[in-house]
Amino acid sequence: MMALARALAFRLLVAVLLVYLLFPFYYAVLTSMKGGSAIFSVDYWPRQIDFSNYARIFSEQPFALNILNSVLVAFAVVALSLLLGLTAAFSLGRIRFRGRSALLFAVLAVSMFPQVAVLSGMFELVRAFGLFNSLLSLVFSYMIFTLPFTIWVLTSFMRELPREIEEAAIMDGAGPWTLIVRIFLPLLWPAMVTTGLLAFIVAWNEFLFALTFILSNEQRTVPVAIALITGGSEFELPWGGIMAASVTVTLPLIALVLVFQRRLVAGLTAGAVKG
Amino acid sequence: MKWMPRVIGAILLSFSALAMARPATSEPVEIAISCGAVGVELQLCGDAVRAWEAASGHRVRIVSTPNSSTERLALYQQVLAAGASDIDVLQIDVIWPGILAPHLVDLAPHVGDAAGQHFPNLIENDRIDGKLLALPWWTDAGVLYYRRDLLEKHGLAPPATWQEMTEVARAIQRAEREAGNRDLWGFVFQGRAYEGLTCNILEWIDSHGGGNFVGDDGKVTIDNAAARSALALAASWIGDIAPRGVLNYDEEAARGVFQSGNAVFMRNWPYAWALAQGADSPVRGKVGVLALPRGTGEGGKTTGTLGGWHLAVSRYSRHPSEAASLVAFLTSRAQQKIRAIRGAYNPTIPALYEDPEVLAANPFFGQLFDSFQNAVARPSSVTGVHYNRVSSAIWRAGHEILSGNAAADARLAALAVELNRIGRRGRW
Amino acid sequence: MAAAAHDSLTRARVRTAWLFLAPMLFVLAIVALWPLARTLLLSLTDASLGAAGTARFVGFENYLVKDDGAWYGLLADPLWWLALRNTLTFAFVSVAAEVVLGTLIALILNARFRFRGLMRAAVLVPWAIPTVVSAKMWAWMLHDQFGIVNDLLLRLGLIGAPLAWLADADLALWSVIAVDVWKTTPFVALLVLAALQMLPEDCYEAARVDGIHPAKVFFFVTLPLIRPALIVAVIFRFLDAMRVFDLVYVMTGNADATLTLSVHARQMLVDFQDAGSGSAASVLLFVVIALLSVLCLLAMRGEVLGRRQ
Repeated sequence: MMALARALAFRLLVAVLLVYLLFPFYYAVLTSMKGGSAIFSVDYWPRQIDFSNYARIFSEQPFALNILNSVLVAFAVVALSLLLGLTAAFSLGRIRFRGRSALLFAVLAVSMFPQVAVLSGMFELVRAFGLFNSLLSLVFSYMIFTLPFTIWVLTSFMRELPREIEEAAIMDGAGPWTLIVRIFLPLLWPAMVTTGLLAFIVAWNEFLFALTFILSNEQRTVPVAIALITGGSEFELPWGGIMAASVTVTLPLIALVLVFQRRLVAGLTAGAVKG
Repeated sequence: MKWMPRVIGAILLSFSALAMARPATSEPVEIAISCGAVGVELQLCGDAVRAWEAASGHRVRIVSTPNSSTERLALYQQVLAAGASDIDVLQIDVIWPGILAPHLVDLAPHVGDAAGQHFPNLIENDRIDGKLLALPWWTDAGVLYYRRDLLEKHGLAPPATWQEMTEVARAIQRAEREAGNRDLWGFVFQGRAYEGLTCNILEWIDSHGGGNFVGDDGKVTIDNAAARSALALAASWIGDIAPRGVLNYDEEAARGVFQSGNAVFMRNWPYAWALAQGADSPVRGKVGVLALPRGTGEGGKTTGTLGGWHLAVSRYSRHPSEAASLVAFLTSRAQQKIRAIRGAYNPTIPALYEDPEVLAANPFFGQLFDSFQNAVARPSSVTGVHYNRVSSAIWRAGHEILSGNAAADARLAALAVELNRIGRRGRW
Repeated sequence: MAAAAHDSLTRARVRTAWLFLAPMLFVLAIVALWPLARTLLLSLTDASLGAAGTARFVGFENYLVKDDGAWYGLLADPLWWLALRNTLTFAFVSVAAEVVLGTLIALILNARFRFRGLMRAAVLVPWAIPTVVSAKMWAWMLHDQFGIVNDLLLRLGLIGAPLAWLADADLALWSVIAVDVWKTTPFVALLVLAALQMLPEDCYEAARVDGIHPAKVFFFVTLPLIRPALIVAVIFRFLDAMRVFDLVYVMTGNADATLTLSVHARQMLVDFQDAGSGSAASVLLFVVIALLSVLCLLAMRGEVLGRRQ
């Protein structure tokens, strides 16, 4: 009886949370099928199934290309920050040396300036390196967001791993690189996947740099492409189109999570066996 | 500090020297123009640009920029502050010539007497320190929308003064709510803390004969009796004929309430007309449009805040005369006529308001002519680079008065002090 | 002899440490040094975006200066203090709520149940929608007249009349906080989940066998073990919340009730083209965050920065 009640309560909790998390997305899906005056009325169910807003966002601008750009940038950002983050985390998390705390704090300090203050300086750098109007400018500049975060998370996880596993490997004569790749990486998978995912989303959603550093439609990323969607006149907000675009770009991310599910679960078992 | 941009500048210069090594004769050049984002606006711009390419032999690249004017301004500032030549022709808001003045080219030597055909108040707006920094492309002015059906039903005439509008709105709101229409409000406008509120405040004050915040001579004029009574009246609307939520309404939020049939009056720009009359609009065929009401008392007049977009040429353009000729082409009578007919963009050339083809496509243009001609400009030319600071001081004061956190009298006096400090006592 | 060998081994390890840090330091230096130094330097000048090349060194005038017996500068501006208060309220309330909710969600995701895959994908959705869009969407949903939130609450009989969520000065900041909690809880949840998954399962087995109440297991076994991850999540959420911009700016513009330090700095940097004061405002924000972070890290007594116990 108690067990049944507890199971029911758990289900209810899950249901409530799902509604809380997903209702706005559902609302976006609803709105993406609307046009004209219907956007001002409250509806709980779709009144019509209409994908014309979806068709329009792809015909009015190179939206598929924009998605591809975002994917390229986000994957490059994730790969680079994980690589740099993992090696740095090995040093910061496993080796004791002078200045380590100061270094960690300095890395953190990079994340303490408002983005708009960094914009002008970053703009000058991007131009000085000749990266203006190129996707590389975004990969480059997003490091300022993703690196501090990646380093800190991986360092804190790295530090928590028991000392013995490393010592055994050192006895076997493993170098630091082997240590990282063979010993730590498999144990850190959940952390790697999670930080990677979070970094991916940061890169995927960034707007201000993407708007300023790239001027041609073919090179633009998704958030800017969404901001470019317009109505028939200056003030009109093309709500249906914006929602259609937002739903469209959220789907690849959901797919990504579903693909990485396996990794998350694999990490679970690996941790259980070795830990 | 100063050397770094210079070093970067030198690096860039060496790159651009390479690019400029080819002969600079009448070879075809490429001009980059920022106009519109996507959709109809971009398409119209694209078509016009193709026509110019065919006529001039030059090439044009379109740089699309976001529709939001704050984002567009931020982007322009970055590009211009870096002295970059990536955009030659800029589409700028009517209030930007003063703000961007140091980065813009004087068009007067390039465009001949083209300026003469536009509304004089627009050209005056674009002339800073004797230089013509932009040419108007299309114009806008605040107007009053009303529910013709509701006024007729209750036997009330369209109001000519703000006082009358308040009374009509209150009467209809009360009667309709008693009849079961519980969601109906009397009046909606733009009360959010942003540039749009400054536009609304300007209309209230100017229509009472209280001027436009800062006189042409640079003197701060905002603290006057007409302005005080105008703002006191506006503050009395909140919670009475206007919902409290109006304090966070922008153009679309206000239109949403009006277009779903829940407001008797609405202050908005002309764009709302076509949408309110759209096939699926609940208020289709029930809407009228008027010039904004007068203030009661001496000096009361109809007015409307001047809006719209203009075209300017960047000082860092490598081909300023070609760029200026593109601007002259796009703002010409022929091009504006096409835009008016195909996209309902309000022309900046008075003669087009008598053009039968334009009027056939947009029957309500005739009614708007007075609003455009009498439109009052925000003090963006006289305050120059300080305009946004001035406007933000004004909307903050207005927002406080509307919210009931400050009385109009005391707050306007404080605002005058603030504006005087920003403008260094009228020297700007 | 043995000590010497140990010494050289340690030295080799430290060398390795710097070798492995080098790429990261190199990239971070290129990316961050100039933009941050430039902001610091500009904050001491009267630079303006409108008039390039005319900047003058003005010392700390952008921060605080006494002129004719009156104080000027950011620190004398009541608006800056208002923004500071709003920002601190925003950051503390939203981060606290996110940590509680995020941990709860992570615990659920860590349990085995049928729709776990769905739930995991669902958790990410709020974070995956671009902020500019989700903020606008919430502004629409919170609209007092045609917003779905008021409609729903009216239908359920929870409120008697529509509320002006974003216009009412008493509600606006809380509405914005609520949206931020919705949007960034997934960040905390995912980090905590990663920590939970790296926990050794034998602790739980032992606890379960001993029949200890789950709440007790959580507070005495799980929580101490996931503390490091939780602290990192809190720190980064706190840094982000202190710098909140998009969300507030899209939902309520520059309204005083929700004015945050970043919105304030942006207004000066972009709208007013006042690079000097705007940079000073950014530096002040940096100082506030740095001070609070130092305090926070000291309170953790080196758990994060210092050595491992």
